[in-house]
Amino acid sequence: MTRFLLAVLRRDLTLAARRRGDWLIALFFFVMVASLFPLGIGPDPKLLARIGPGVLWVAATLASLLSLSRLFADDHRDGSLEHMVLSPEPTVLLVLGKSLAHWLIYGIPLLLIAPVLGVQFHLPADAIGVLLLSLLIGTPILSLLGGVGAALTLGLRGGGVLLTLLILPLYVPALIFGAGAVDGVLAGTGAEAHLSLLGAFLILTLLVAPWIAAAALKVSLE
Amino acid sequence: MNLYTYASPATFYHLAGRLIPWFAWSAGILTLVGLYIGFFVAPTDFQQSEAYRVIFIHVPAAWMGMFIYLVMAFWGAIGLAFNTRLSFMMVRALAPTGAIFTFIALWTGALWGKPMWGAWWVWDARLTSTLILLFLYIGIMALWAAIDDVKRGDRAGALLALIGAINVPIIYFSVKWWNTLHQGASVSLTKAPTMATIMLTGMLIMAFAAWFYSIAVALARVRAIILERERHTEWVKDILER
Repeated sequence: MTRFLLAVLRRDLTLAARRRGDWLIALFFFVMVASLFPLGIGPDPKLLARIGPGVLWVAATLASLLSLSRLFADDHRDGSLEHMVLSPEPTVLLVLGKSLAHWLIYGIPLLLIAPVLGVQFHLPADAIGVLLLSLLIGTPILSLLGGVGAALTLGLRGGGVLLTLLILPLYVPALIFGAGAVDGVLAGTGAEAHLSLLGAFLILTLLVAPWIAAAALKVSLE
Repeated sequence: MNLYTYASPATFYHLAGRLIPWFAWSAGILTLVGLYIGFFVAPTDFQQSEAYRVIFIHVPAAWMGMFIYLVMAFWGAIGLAFNTRLSFMMVRALAPTGAIFTFIALWTGALWGKPMWGAWWVWDARLTSTLILLFLYIGIMALWAAIDDVKRGDRAGALLALIGAINVPIIYFSVKWWNTLHQGASVSLTKAPTMATIMLTGMLIMAFAAWFYSIAVALARVRAIILERERHTEWVKDILER
């Protein structure tokens, strides 16, 4: 079982490494969306620090959505997805592996660039630390829930926009707890409560989302 | 005869046809009684004056909006587990009613909020979670609209309803901790209601009216769906030729 999971993971990572443009596009999207806010709102440092956590978190969810419609689409187009689903290995592991790969390819780069954007928004050092931690716990949630949406909308016309419509409401708790943790540091009330809830949400998502996504994948491939 | 007889669309079609007038008439009569109590019998509230009367529509609509989503998830789960066609048809029949009740709850909430809070909209926990509930309804209906294949659409919608139903309590509490301004629930199962009995009576009558309306409309819609999907069968041809 572990071997299958690792094989899926290695395959997706290799594919991503051969097509470097993909993850860079999502990364630059994140940077650009975050940078547009100061241009629209004005350069007041106090205001930017106040809205920074929320803006960065919203930008992270959008950047994650941008790449999700391709989670299964490429494999579906060349037919390899059907073979993987037909194989004796459980589809749940396939979905889990692909979601995990999505997080490594698109989530980790966001984490690495987030401190720079935090500085752009005049966040203090401890708030940037918590921002990183909240993104570390929160971005896997985005990839896992997104897997459900990607499986449901596989091969549909206008799948990308539809995916956004389906999945954004489900992202709400992650957004609230994630941005709330950073706000907690700024307000001096601490981040532990929000981070714990975010962690609990991650565990619950990990327990539920792969199964639903696997069922959705089978429905879509029938 | 056992209960499973009615899991077949052909028998359920006739059962629904017999039930609809009962529920529709009950809904109509209860609405008239409830609105009469609400607007003419119930006294003016000493804090909120006349504006409170919106609760006779607002609260039942909000309850139905939430409840119908759970019923959809329930029928979706039954359909996925037992592969019953009728369950999926029920999910499809319920969605528009749930969405419209959620919308009415938001609309009347805004009408109430303007005189009470001085704003049409505030980012309060219940308003926000109701708005997200409306988004969930829209998402399911958009998914159905995008999928041409009936069977795939049924199952995909049911799965989305399921994951949404798991998420609804989490969304509710996350939003609640995020911000709350809404007045506390006036009716709860654990403590005595904090409103006059006559107001409560009017509201509960309206709640039953909303229930019966939803059942009548869902049954009427499911009959239409049954006819559409079973149009190749003999019994539907018999009905249509009559």
